[in-house]
Amino acid sequence: MGKQHYQITVNGEPQDVLAEPRELLIHTLREQLRITGPHIGCETSHCGACTVDIDGRSVKSCTVFTAQVAGKEITTVEGLGSPDAMHPLQEAFREHHGLQCGYCTPGMITRAYRLLQENPSPTEEEVRFGMAGNLCRCTGYQNIVKAILAAAAEMNASKEAAE
Amino acid sequence: MKDLPESAERAEKLKGLGSSRKRVEDARFTQGKGNYVDDITLPGMLFGDFVRSPHAHARVTAIHTEEAMKVPGVLAVITAKDLEPLGLHWMPTLAGDKQMVLADGKVLFQGQEVAFVVATDRYAAADGIEAVEVEYEDLPVVVDPFKALEPDAPVLREDLEGKTEGAHGPRKHHNHIFTWEQGDREATEQVIAEADVVAEEMIYYHRTHPCPLEPCGCVASMDKVNGKLTIWGTFQAPHAIRTVVSLISGIEEHNIRIVSPDIGGGFGNKVGAYPGYICSAVASIVTGKPVKWVEDRMDNLMTTAFARDYWMKGRIAATKEGKITGLWCHVTADHGGFDACADPTKFPAGFFNICTGSYDIPTAYLSVDGVYTNKAPGGVAYRCSFRVTEAAYFIERMIEILAIELGMDAAELRRINFIKAEQFPYQSALGWEYDSGDYHTAWDKALEAVDYAGLRREQAERVEAFKRGETRKLLGIGLTHFTEIVGAGPVKNCDILGLGMFDSCEIRIHPTGSAIARLGTISQGQGHATTFAQILASEIGLPADSITVEEGDTDTAPYGLGTYGSRSTPVAGAATAMAGRKIRAKAQMIAAYLLEVHDDDLEWDVDRFAVKGDPERFKTMKEIAFAAYNQAIPGIEPGLEAVSYYDPPNMTYPFGAYVCVMEIDVDTGQTEIRQFYALDDCGTRINPMIIEGQVHGGLTEALAIAMGQEIAYDEMGNVKTGTLMDFFVPTAWETPHYTTDHTVTPSPHHPIGAKGVGESPNVGGVPAFSNAVHDAFRAFGLRQSHMPHDHWRVWKIANGLGLHG
Repeated sequence: MGKQHYQITVNGEPQDVLAEPRELLIHTLREQLRITGPHIGCETSHCGACTVDIDGRSVKSCTVFTAQVAGKEITTVEGLGSPDAMHPLQEAFREHHGLQCGYCTPGMITRAYRLLQENPSPTEEEVRFGMAGNLCRCTGYQNIVKAILAAAAEMNASKEAAE
Repeated sequence: MKDLPESAERAEKLKGLGSSRKRVEDARFTQGKGNYVDDITLPGMLFGDFVRSPHAHARVTAIHTEEAMKVPGVLAVITAKDLEPLGLHWMPTLAGDKQMVLADGKVLFQGQEVAFVVATDRYAAADGIEAVEVEYEDLPVVVDPFKALEPDAPVLREDLEGKTEGAHGPRKHHNHIFTWEQGDREATEQVIAEADVVAEEMIYYHRTHPCPLEPCGCVASMDKVNGKLTIWGTFQAPHAIRTVVSLISGIEEHNIRIVSPDIGGGFGNKVGAYPGYICSAVASIVTGKPVKWVEDRMDNLMTTAFARDYWMKGRIAATKEGKITGLWCHVTADHGGFDACADPTKFPAGFFNICTGSYDIPTAYLSVDGVYTNKAPGGVAYRCSFRVTEAAYFIERMIEILAIELGMDAAELRRINFIKAEQFPYQSALGWEYDSGDYHTAWDKALEAVDYAGLRREQAERVEAFKRGETRKLLGIGLTHFTEIVGAGPVKNCDILGLGMFDSCEIRIHPTGSAIARLGTISQGQGHATTFAQILASEIGLPADSITVEEGDTDTAPYGLGTYGSRSTPVAGAATAMAGRKIRAKAQMIAAYLLEVHDDDLEWDVDRFAVKGDPERFKTMKEIAFAAYNQAIPGIEPGLEAVSYYDPPNMTYPFGAYVCVMEIDVDTGQTEIRQFYALDDCGTRINPMIIEGQVHGGLTEALAIAMGQEIAYDEMGNVKTGTLMDFFVPTAWETPHYTTDHTVTPSPHHPIGAKGVGESPNVGGVPAFSNAVHDAFRAFGLRQSHMPHDHWRVWKIANGLGLHG
């Protein structure tokens, strides 16, 4: 199959990628752009390890063609914070032991980031429901939920302080 | 007098034993900077993938590769014929059997590896797979281990035909693998014949799968210039893999480097050797380029190591007062097409002989028959020590059934049969020496915490209300008191492929007072880099934050048997403490020289050696470290390093008391966990935060197994649960909130008293969830209903008991 050029923006940087029309976004991110935060856990959009943010929505990048996201803005976990300024969610996952093997973590945090954009003050039940598309085999979710609620509180507090 | 608060303050700064130290691994994982095997890309790297069998049992009459070779990007298609001249078309399994690397004339399970396509990228490899044509001739399929043992059952392993002796003794049928017997058969049968009460039941622990979120995979790279083969892979036992690769390839061991990078969960799935590893290595040797193989989720669920699949027939005898007098058990163990269990060599059914559980059972007998069927090979310890979750489920179900037989409360029946604290070390009827325990204290604490008496009252009222037609929900109280056996293990009786199951730690103290420690284990999420530094911090008095822990690279780490069966803390953790003590012993001599006193005049105080009776005269470990590199000390070599290979004198025996309170809707079969209380005793607690996380995770895997997760086959041997659509992995929505608690009974033989915890919650959790389901229906006559208890099966229980009117 012939390759084509697609323009996408990843973590704020414009990228010109050359891919077959059948190439999945997760493979473009991981293998062409070497953005390896999003992981592959199932390739059937059940596990959520590959979750990225596309134009303000959580999307499982293992079941989207790169061709489908031409012209769109993509954010991965790498785009949420930096080593010197981690995102409150990244801090909270560490603080509350919200991860173990770390494989689901980038997708988990990327999904939680969008969840808190959609609902900045979720209840525990809303967090559990809103995160149900992301599987974790290690933590039993209790500390993930705790971390997301703590991050929400932290983000709301700093927002208030800024206003 | 020593200033106690001041030294306690120093101890706290070290973040040693008992500190809920935050994990050092997390910074990279939360920022997407982990390094898992699929993240590894090497220049010129090729991609390999398998043509797999759609049939569960068939003869392979022809493999046509010509069309595949025409596919752009496809470089090679490897079949058994290509591997045969190298002697690599079959490989040894960890259980003393052998397994086809690629189909050698026939296939024995659906998804079996038939050919390996090597291409420039994963898409080309997929195209190549599509173009390979394989001709099959169907053979009769056997998925039921009892049918497999019938006299006229089809012969599955033609390569073993006529062989009456297997790796574990005589074979009594062409599909039989081994019989393993423990205990006293005659005495047990006599006790049962003479008993007041005998409960008999078949308990099935269904086939399931560890399903780590990261599937298995590797990158093999043969450097033809240096003659060195490097394999990065999802290996729970990298050193053992190196030895195995050397033995089967003939490459000398120093020319093989195995690296386990970050591993995305293992749970037993990543202990064994898979055809993908062999094929990638061969492809790299042939092409001279690095070759990556990473399985997808369907490959993972259908072909790499499954867990459980034990049919456990039990008889338990007791006096009419409820004192257990004997236990008899026979297991029919379905091992699939090849015996690829990952157990210590002398234990073909693992440590299933821990099945007397937490109870003082004077007489017992166990026999296990391993059987071949047309299912995937495996039989690994999925988040448990070897076959311990099967054993715990068996005894905890038998106790509940005995309680029904006796008309007794199941909590009280447990209490009167527990091994008493003063009986430890306790010799079990099936051959183990339990090192320590205090079951009554744990049990009483658990029952009080949940208000057990109150729950039973509520349950009785609920049953009455149900009978009056006022509710359609029943209440189940699931009890479990489990005893684990972990930390394999003493070299005198535990080995894998002849390799003793010791473990190791090597420590180097740097001149400025920081350190690196390397171990023979490998973390898959357990947080070794955090907790092993804590053990060392307490032993050598350097802050945990100043100690790097490294594992998984066989070129740098000392030899060890890896991480599974909760063995890291009991074995490698002990090695770490012992290596730390060697460091401290040398440090004491250096301090004596610096302080101009005799060694014996010094005492260790948190992070320093001080002169006895003169605490103002001291040398800190940091000062001593510098002196070790900076001063010529008579009679002492420069440097400060130590290595310890630790052979544990015994296993450790963590235990726990769990209570699950479950609401069950009789009409829909839906279940809801209202409360889950988990008390764990893992001996000395290294990092309470990590222990709690391990318990949450293990309980959630137990929830999955008990309530819905299975690898199911139809009669044709088709896998019915090959994707995450069908294979149940609980989400945050289905997972309940857990309450954790603990008691501390240190192991008397472990250097720091620690016992291991990662697998306890799975061992105890499965019977707790399952017993809750059974208990809800006890008043209506339910004795035994096999897991998993999904809504449909729970509905069927209610329906079978006539509860739908």
